[in-house]
Amino acid sequence: MNWAPAFLSNPERFMAFSRWAAPMFGAIALVLGVAGLWLGWAAPEDYQQGATVRILFIHIPAAWLSEFAYACLAVASLLALVWRHVLADAAAQAAAPLGAGFTVLALATGSLWGRPMWGTYWQWGDARITSEFILLLIYLAYMVVRASLDDEVKAARAAAILALVGAVNLPIIHYSVVWWNTLHQGASVFRAGGSALAPVFYWPVILMVLAYMAAFGSLWLVRIRGEVWRRRAEAAALRAARA
Amino acid sequence: MPHFETGKYAFFIWTAYGISAGMFVLLIASSLLHARRWKARAQAPGAK
Repeated sequence: MNWAPAFLSNPERFMAFSRWAAPMFGAIALVLGVAGLWLGWAAPEDYQQGATVRILFIHIPAAWLSEFAYACLAVASLLALVWRHVLADAAAQAAAPLGAGFTVLALATGSLWGRPMWGTYWQWGDARITSEFILLLIYLAYMVVRASLDDEVKAARAAAILALVGAVNLPIIHYSVVWWNTLHQGASVFRAGGSALAPVFYWPVILMVLAYMAAFGSLWLVRIRGEVWRRRAEAAALRAARA
Repeated sequence: MPHFETGKYAFFIWTAYGISAGMFVLLIASSLLHARRWKARAQAPGAK
């Protein structure tokens, strides 16, 4: 693990780093979010979507973060599984509820955009919607596995294996609009050959994606800190019970 | 300057923004409360 940043392998250094990094990321998220929303609501209505284009400024970042958070969860799970890294396990555990929250947002905002544009809130046959819904189920399954086993080491191991298996769904979500020609339109922002969005919509989306990423970074650090405190408190309680 | 006219799509747009705001409040509150609760327990007298 020599390649890993020092704070990743040392809880004390992580706690010192996250103490100032979490509020800093939160402040960055706030500034970028205000700027993104300001530009987004100042942009003209889309000639096809009308005012519903405003939903994309919160839908695309939520969808992006639902996958990004899962990638973080999977990498942390791999580190925890292979190197038995306690902090990586705490990071994986902390990422799950945040990722689930962003996935709910992606599905809900997408549904509210789809009703006026597609004429339906939900389409089971759509590859992107269904694979995103499966992502939510994987997040929920991960949290259930962690909560349902009394032995925390076994729970962490089982959840990490589930997280790594579930990572197969990430490329399926991303390429679902390429592999299957269903209702959801193709990639319009993060795609080879550049964005299909006009600059007046592209930059608010990018600012909002960065704002969501900074918010995730801030909340992730706060939750990992909470996990470190929880494990310290429970270890102390166990020592007290044995004494 | 931003303009907030949403016309016939007002329900869909403001519901989407309302759900997003609510989720952020939930995630922020749950994260902070979780961290503060366990920090207090870990630092309580007799816990070390």
